[in-house]
Amino acid sequence: MTDSSPSADRDRQAPSADPPERRTGRITTGFGRYLLKHVGGAAVSLLLVLFSSFFIFRLVAGDPIDQLTRERPVTPEQREAMRAELGLDQPMWNQFIDYLTGTLTGDFGTSFQYRRPIFDLIVERLPATLLLSGTGVVLAVLLGFWIGSRAGWRQGSRFDRTQVTTGLLLYSAPTFWLGMIAILVFARSLELFPVNGMRSPGTPDDFLSQAVDIGHHLVLPVLTYTAVVYAGYLMVMRSSILDERGSDYLTTARAKGLRDDDVRRRHAVPNALLPTITLVFLAIGNIVNGAIVTETVFSWPGLGRLFVQSIFYPDRPMLQALFVLFSSTTIVAVLCAEILYWFLDPRIRRAS
Amino acid sequence: MNGGKNGAAMSPRAVVWARRRRALARTWRDYRRQRGGMVGLILLGAIVLAAIGAPLLADGSGLSVTEATGGRMEPPSARFPLGTDEVGRSILTLTIWGARLSLLIGLTATVVAIVIGTLIGVTSGHIGGWYGWVALRVSDWFMVLPSLVVAIALLAVMGRSAVTTVVVIAIVSWSGTARLVRAQTLTVRARPYLERARVLGAGHWHLMTRHILPNVLPLVLASATLLVPSAILMESSLAWLGLGDPNIVSWGSVLNRAWRNGAVSAQAWWYLLPPGLAILVVVAAFMMCGRALEAVFNPRLRGGGR
Repeated sequence: MTDSSPSADRDRQAPSADPPERRTGRITTGFGRYLLKHVGGAAVSLLLVLFSSFFIFRLVAGDPIDQLTRERPVTPEQREAMRAELGLDQPMWNQFIDYLTGTLTGDFGTSFQYRRPIFDLIVERLPATLLLSGTGVVLAVLLGFWIGSRAGWRQGSRFDRTQVTTGLLLYSAPTFWLGMIAILVFARSLELFPVNGMRSPGTPDDFLSQAVDIGHHLVLPVLTYTAVVYAGYLMVMRSSILDERGSDYLTTARAKGLRDDDVRRRHAVPNALLPTITLVFLAIGNIVNGAIVTETVFSWPGLGRLFVQSIFYPDRPMLQALFVLFSSTTIVAVLCAEILYWFLDPRIRRAS
Repeated sequence: MNGGKNGAAMSPRAVVWARRRRALARTWRDYRRQRGGMVGLILLGAIVLAAIGAPLLADGSGLSVTEATGGRMEPPSARFPLGTDEVGRSILTLTIWGARLSLLIGLTATVVAIVIGTLIGVTSGHIGGWYGWVALRVSDWFMVLPSLVVAIALLAVMGRSAVTTVVVIAIVSWSGTARLVRAQTLTVRARPYLERARVLGAGHWHLMTRHILPNVLPLVLASATLLVPSAILMESSLAWLGLGDPNIVSWGSVLNRAWRNGAVSAQAWWYLLPPGLAILVVVAAFMMCGRALEAVFNPRLRGGGR
């Protein structure tokens, strides 16, 4: 589904036979144009994200002064002072310019709920998110690709059927529910793991005890996250292997007398990996926001939980900043995948 | 099987319908061979029946917080086969009635998304030009954006109701359909019979509704069966985060109440299992049907070797 765009584009482009002596020169100019096209597209997408973030959170939502002052009475003068302090007395156009220059220079403003610069808060929370989703994504991709390539290679076998069924069942489970069940069983009932959070108070300050403590807290969230998403990678890898399975080059490899395992590992899998690159990069881009629900279930002190907390406050500058951050990381990740395809897939080079 | 010979005697419309009936019968014959698809279909049938017949299976007054008769988080008993929630309502009643809203929101959101996606896909593929380019860019943009983030942001500013939930889920899920339909429209457009229709003077509207749409729709419906489960999962996640309509009972909102009222620390497994398993079964059933349909349309995926 999500990976259909680049592969569909590649299918449409018929390989043309360029005279070999002219090819080098054309590749460089072709790459320039290819790069320009995709970087330009990404830049437009990023600009759209900035626009929509401003539009959604400033124009659609209500007056932030009402939200900020709901717990205490304020005089109209105080309200005006607050408006001036937040820059809300400016015309909308000036506000937008301020917002644009601020966001582009990393100045996201001040959080309503923490009364601190948003940039600092994001930097503070980022490592926890990277640790949880990063570990989760790596595990899910490796597990999914490993099982997927084996299942696709032996399509219809008992291994294929049980793996696909297990994967799809876990894929169908809501993340938050799986997390709650995991807490109930492994943390509350069996008391094997901590219930929530990332550190327990009173852990010695040395690096080793801290690492062990964080690792202990990390097990349940990572397993929950991986269990739900790995099936996606499994299915894509499986269908990609199915595409390659009947290819002539595999027959040749077999005719050379290679063992079946070697044919799969050294010939089929490298080619089958090609269409999955977008998906992997999308996963990398989603590392920053990929675990909103998991972080909320396990009270993990990361960006996803910060996002959810900001909704209920509501902390509009924070929401705006996180929305821009979450969206732009995926856009940049997809751009990286597209650039990588140029180097990995000769069909794209020839088509340009 | 009466197409060819007496086709000349039938009206064009009857010929078309006879052909469509035959195609449908063929699809059904292939579909029936998919074991997973049949299991999914039967499961779905049972759940839909339970959702429609909810008033017969469990008294609707059991949803009222004030008229609740049980104790706080009672474990399963003869009176409450699946125990009670924090105000003493039967979990069984909540789960059966929750099916209605969860299915309704998932299905409606999918229908809206499919309609938007098909509309934009067909028009952008057929008309092309500047409009087609812009439509393609916009759907690409929506495809890349993290859908849960966008959904949460939109719901946070649009307010919490069943209608906004449907709208928001549709907004984040139409783009895949648009791309699929656009690609299919482009291939259909290149076929000679479309050129023939154009030469005979058919307008854009006629071409799109009479020639392109009938060719695109089967594919759209097949992909819709895979959109429904993601819509249901999305609804449950949003409701669990507390962004659902506070006045309705869906599986996600039941689990949100369980979470907020400490069912996990109370180890009230009977409160957590039924709604969660219900989501899992419905989503899995839709995916089984979707995969079976995929296999029917794309024989490469069918079991067995080459």
